[in-house]
Amino acid sequence: MKLFSLLTGRRSAPLARERLQILLTHERCATGNSGLIPVLREEILAVIAKHVDVAPEKVDVKVQQGDDVAVLEIEVEIPHIAARASMSRERGGRAA
Amino acid sequence: MAEVLVVTSGKGGVGKTTSTAALGAALAQTGQNVCVVDFDVGLRNLDLVMGAERRVVYDLINVANGDVRLQQALIRDKRIDTLYLLAASQTRDKDALSEEGVRRCISELRTRFDWVICDSPAGIERGATLAMRYADLAVVVTNPEVSSVRDSDRIIGLLDSKTLKAAQGERMEKFLLLTRYDKIRAGRGDMLSIDDVLEILSIPLLGIIPESEEVLRASNVGAPVTLSNAASAPARAYMDAARRLKGETISMTIPSDRNNLLTKLFGRRAA
Repeated sequence: MKLFSLLTGRRSAPLARERLQILLTHERCATGNSGLIPVLREEILAVIAKHVDVAPEKVDVKVQQGDDVAVLEIEVEIPHIAARASMSRERGGRAA
Repeated sequence: MAEVLVVTSGKGGVGKTTSTAALGAALAQTGQNVCVVDFDVGLRNLDLVMGAERRVVYDLINVANGDVRLQQALIRDKRIDTLYLLAASQTRDKDALSEEGVRRCISELRTRFDWVICDSPAGIERGATLAMRYADLAVVVTNPEVSSVRDSDRIIGLLDSKTLKAAQGERMEKFLLLTRYDKIRAGRGDMLSIDDVLEILSIPLLGIIPESEEVLRASNVGAPVTLSNAASAPARAYMDAARRLKGETISMTIPSDRNNLLTKLFGRRAA
C-alpha cells in the first residue's frame, strides 16, 4: 500500500491544505463581521434581481481578511439567456 | 516596560504548556525577569511541567481575589533565579476568576517583570479569553495538522476581537509557533508544510519546534526543555524563538537531533 502511494505520488498534505482553505474561507465569513455578509448578500441580490433573473443561491459574498485590508469578493452567476434577454430589453429603451 | 504575552491555540494538546515553560525559561536564561502564569483553572499543569508542583501554596485566583499578596503566591524557580511561576488553582471553578481581578494581577506583574507569559487553557471559553484579554502579543501554537490549524484560525479571530488591545482599536501582534514538525514527513508530502500553514493562517512565524522525544523526557523530569537538555533540537528551537521575541534577527532553521545517532551508538556520557 505504501509502495503504491509512493509510485502513484498520492500525497495527503495537498488535500489537507485544500480542504482547510475552503473550510476557513467560509468559517471566517460566518464568525467575523457578524451580520455584515448576510445583509450585503440580500441587498446585492435585490439590486441584481431588478434587472436579471438570478437564483438566490447563485450570489456568493465573501470577505478575505488580509493583514491590513479586507477584500470583499462578490460572485454572481447569471444565466446566459436571462442576461441576454435583459440586455435586449435594455436596448429597447425599457424604463425601470 | 513589561511585555505580556499569551500562549494560546484553541486546540488542546498542541504544546501550549510545554511552550510556555520553554519560552519562559529561555528568556530567563538570557537574563530577563520572567513570570509564567497558568490560566488553566481546575486543570493546572504548568507547575508540573516546571517541576514546582509540590511548592504551590497560593495561586492566581487567591491573588486576583485579593486574598494574598502577589509576593506570597510567586514561586521562584530553583534553577534560574529570574524565573517565577504563578500557578492556577486546581480546586476552584474557572468562574472564580474575575476580569477585574485578572486586570489588577497583570498590571502588578507588569511592574515587576520584563516578561509575563500567560499559559491559556484550551478552548474559546472564559478561561481562554481571560488569558488573552490583557496581552500585548500572542504566540499561537499550532501543529501541522488540519484540526489544529482550523482552531488556530478561530483563535486568531478572537485575538483580533476579544482582547483589550483590539477593543481599543490597536493592532494585536500575533506570532505562529509551529510545534511537532516533522521535516521528513512534510518533505514526503504527508504533513502540511511550513509554507502551507503560514499561507493559511497568514501571521508571522516565531519558530519551528521539531517533533522530538526530548519534549516528553523534559516533562517527565519536571524541567522546561531548554533546561533539561539545552543542546537538544527543541531546546535550540525554543532558544531561537525566545531571542526573536526579544527582537533579535535570527535566520529560521529547523534544528535536528539526527547527529544524536552517534551519541546513541557511543553512549550518552561521551556527549
